[in-house]
Amino acid sequence: MSLTPGQRAWRRFKANRRGYVSLWLFSILFVLTLGAELLSNDRPLVVRYQGEFYYPVLFDYNETVFGGDFDTPADYLDPYIRDRLSANGNFAVFAPNPYSYNTLNYFAKAPNPAAPSAANLLGTDDRGRDVLARLIYGFRLSVLFALALTAVGTLAGVLLGGLQGYFGGRLDLMLQRVIEIWGSLPELYLLIILSSFFNPSLTLLLVLLALFGWMGLADYVRAEFLKNRQMDYVLAARSLGLANRQIMWRHVLPNSLTPVLAFLPFRVSGAILALTSLDFLGLGVPASTPSLGEMLAQGKDNLDAWWIALSTFTVLTVTLLLLIFIGEGLRAALDTRKG
Amino acid sequence: MDPLLSVENLHARFGSRAAVRGVSFSVRAGEKVALVGESGSGKTVTAQALMRLNPDVTLSGTVRFNGEELLSVPERRLRQLRGREMAMIFQEPMSALNPVYTIGNQIIETLSQHFGLAPRAARQRAIELLARTGIPDPEIKVDAYPFQLSGGQRQRAMIAMALACQPKLLIADEPTTALDVTVQAQILALLDELQRDLGMAVLFITHDLNLVRRFADRVAVMKDGEVVETGTVAEVFDHPEHPYTRELLASRPDTLDDAPGQAEPRLQAESIRVAFSRRRGWFGKTVTPVLHGISLSVPAGRTLGIVGESGSGKTTLGLALTRLIEAEGQVTLDTTRLDTLSGQALRASRRDYQVVFQDPFASLSPRLTVGQIVGEGVALHFPELDEAARRQRVLDTLTEVGLAADSVDRYPHEFSGGQRQRIAIARALVLRPKLILLDEPTSALDATLQKQVLQLLRRLQHKYGLSYLFISHDLAVIRAVAHEVLVLKDGKVVEAGPTRRVFEAPGQPYTRDLLAAALLGA
Repeated sequence: MSLTPGQRAWRRFKANRRGYVSLWLFSILFVLTLGAELLSNDRPLVVRYQGEFYYPVLFDYNETVFGGDFDTPADYLDPYIRDRLSANGNFAVFAPNPYSYNTLNYFAKAPNPAAPSAANLLGTDDRGRDVLARLIYGFRLSVLFALALTAVGTLAGVLLGGLQGYFGGRLDLMLQRVIEIWGSLPELYLLIILSSFFNPSLTLLLVLLALFGWMGLADYVRAEFLKNRQMDYVLAARSLGLANRQIMWRHVLPNSLTPVLAFLPFRVSGAILALTSLDFLGLGVPASTPSLGEMLAQGKDNLDAWWIALSTFTVLTVTLLLLIFIGEGLRAALDTRKG
Repeated sequence: MDPLLSVENLHARFGSRAAVRGVSFSVRAGEKVALVGESGSGKTVTAQALMRLNPDVTLSGTVRFNGEELLSVPERRLRQLRGREMAMIFQEPMSALNPVYTIGNQIIETLSQHFGLAPRAARQRAIELLARTGIPDPEIKVDAYPFQLSGGQRQRAMIAMALACQPKLLIADEPTTALDVTVQAQILALLDELQRDLGMAVLFITHDLNLVRRFADRVAVMKDGEVVETGTVAEVFDHPEHPYTRELLASRPDTLDDAPGQAEPRLQAESIRVAFSRRRGWFGKTVTPVLHGISLSVPAGRTLGIVGESGSGKTTLGLALTRLIEAEGQVTLDTTRLDTLSGQALRASRRDYQVVFQDPFASLSPRLTVGQIVGEGVALHFPELDEAARRQRVLDTLTEVGLAADSVDRYPHEFSGGQRQRIAIARALVLRPKLILLDEPTSALDATLQKQVLQLLRRLQHKYGLSYLFISHDLAVIRAVAHEVLVLKDGKVVEAGPTRRVFEAPGQPYTRDLLAAALLGA
C-alpha cells in the first residue's frame, strides 16, 4: 500500500508526541467549549414541573410558568424559583457550572469580586459574573474568532501571493508595491480611529485584522510559487496543454502549501493574541462579550482579586502553548528530509 | 614498499543503513587509482571516510596513511593531515568554493593555516599556484570571486587550493562531471601533468569508465558498498572478471545501425530566433540574443540529435520549437503552423508534440500518483474516453514502457531515477504524439540505466513511427540514437548532417575538438 505524501506527513506528525498530544488536548477543549451552553449556563437543561417537561436551555419561560409572580423571564438562581422546582416531584437538571457568561447572581452572599468558593469555583469578577463561565465562553470566542481570521487571511494570502508568484512580471510588481504601501500603514492607529467611528463589534475586528493579516503569508506563497513555477513538472504540464488555471490548482498549489500549513497554528495563536490585546486595551469587543482580554484588564484593575488574573493568564498561556506545540509538530511533519 | 594509503575492511554506516561494507584497496605513492561505480555504490562515502569528513557516518575498519591509523587519530592530528598531506577536490566547484571570499583568499587561508606564511608571501605563492594550474592572468584572477570565473577556471582554482601544501595524496571526487567535454579533457590533462611533476598519488572517483581508462593506472570497481573487482586498468578493461564489471563495460551505448534512407520531413523550423531581454534601469532594456536564426528539419519516424556544450542554446531551441518560450521564426509540424497558434488552439495542438525532461526527479509532480500524472493529458485531450477506458490506456502505456501495472497508484518518490524517466516517457507517449522532444533524457541516469532507456526509446520509435528531437551534450548517446545531427555553438549551427558522416568526417574544427574530447574512438 502506497502512502500519499499527506499520509506520510500525518505519520511523522504522530511520531512527534508533544505535538500530537497537544492537538488532542486542544481539540477536546475546543469541542467541549463548542457545547459551552451545556457546560455553563444559568438556565437548567431540563425541568420537570408539575408533571410536564420544560427545556429552559432552548426556550424562554416566564416566572409565572413555575408559580412565580412576575410575567418576566424566570431567574433560575432565585431561591424562590429553586424551591418551586425542587418541591414535590419537580426537579431541574442544571449545567455543571450554573452560570452563563453574563449571569449576575443577585442572590450571592459574598461581595464582588468574590473569591473562589463552592458556589463559584474560580470566583467572580468585579461585576459579580462567574469567572469560570466567562473563561469557557471567552476561550470559545477567541478560538472561533482566530480560526475565522486565519481562514480569511490564509485564503486571501494564498490567492494573491499565488497570482503574484505564478504570473510574475507587471502584476507581481504592482501587487508588491500595494503590499508595501498597505503594510506600512499604522495598523493600531487605524484600529483606534475606526473604533471611534464605528460601534466596535467582532465582525468589524475580523474585517480590520484580516485586511492587514494576509500580507505576511502572501510573501511566502509568492516565493513558493515563484520557485515552483520554474520546476520541470510545471513545464511538463504546460507541454501537455493544460491551462494556467489547471496548472496552478493541480501542480503548483499542492507543492506550495508547506509554509502555509506550517504557519497555521502560529497564525491562530497570533490571532488569539491580537484579539486579547485589543480587548485588553479596550479597543475590542463590547464589554458584555466574554473575552480573555477584557478579563486580563479586570485582573489588572483588581490585583487583590488574584483569581481573575491568574485563571485568565493560565487559560491564555495553555492555549497558546498548545498551539505552538502543534505548530512545532506540524513543522517537523512537513520536513520531508526526515523519514 | 608499503603503500601510501591502505584501506582494509572499511565499513561506513548512516545510522542503521550500511553505505560501505568491507572495502579494501591501496594506493601507492605517485600512483593513480580510480574508484569507479554508479550512484549509490558508496564511492563518495569511501572517499570522505579517508579524511573522516562526514561526521554523520560511523566508521570501522582500518585506514592506514603513511603508516598512521586514521580512524583512531584525534581530530587535532586529522586537521593537520587534511590539506597538508591529503587534499580533496569536489565535483561542483561552484558550491565547493565559498562565494563570499576571493579565490586568492581561500588559497592563502590554506597556506597560512599549514605553513604560517606571511600575507605577502602567501599571496605570491597563491599567484604561482594559479599560474601553475593554467589560469590566465593569475595576478588579476587571484582577486576574483568564484562567480566571476568560468566552470573550468573554478575547478582549476580548486585544484590550486588542493595543491597549495603539496599533498602526498589528492582525492578527486568526480572532478570533471559538472564540466563540458572540452573543458573536461583540459582538466584531466592538467591533473595528469601535475601528478607526474609533483609525484603525488591521486585517488580518482568517477562513474565514467572513459575517464578511468584514459587517466588511471589501477582501478577498483564498486557496487552496493563493496569492491567487486580491482586490478590494473588494462586487466580490468580487457579481461573483466566480475559480471557487474562486464555489465558496466557493456553499458556504453551502441552505435545506431538503422539504414540511412530518406523520410518525409515531419517538423520543419525556419530561422528560429530567441532573445532574452532584461529590464535595465527605468526605461532601458538589454537584449541578449540566445539563438541566431536556426533552421532544421526532423524526418518522420527518425531522430534529429542536437549536440552542444552548456550555454550553446540547445535547451532553449527545444523549448522554442515546442512553444514553451516565445520565439521568432516558422515552425511547421506536418501541415500545421505551430508558431501562429495561440490560446485554446495551441493547447489542443500540444497533443502532437510532447516533451521529456532531463531531471526525472523534478519533472514529476510529487503529490500526484503515477496514474494521475500519466492520465492527466489523456483526460484533457481525449475527453470522449470514460474513466475505465482512460485507466486502461494509462495501464497499457505503463506496461509499454516497462513498468509494473501496480505502479499506477504509487507516488513518484517510490521509484528510482530510471523508472521515473520511464514514467515521464509514458506521460508523453500516452497521447500518441507525432514528435517527442527529449531534453537530455538520460544524462541524470547511471550508465546501465541509460542504455536501457535508450533501447526503450528506439523500440518505441520503431513501433509508433515517432520522430525524436534529441538534445544531449553526450556524443556517445547521440551516436546511439540520432539519424541526423546538428552541432550547436553559441546559438548558431556549426555543422549539420547525417550522424555517421558528421562523426566519421567532421567538417568543422569545433566538431573535431568535441569529438576528440569525448574520446569516442577509445
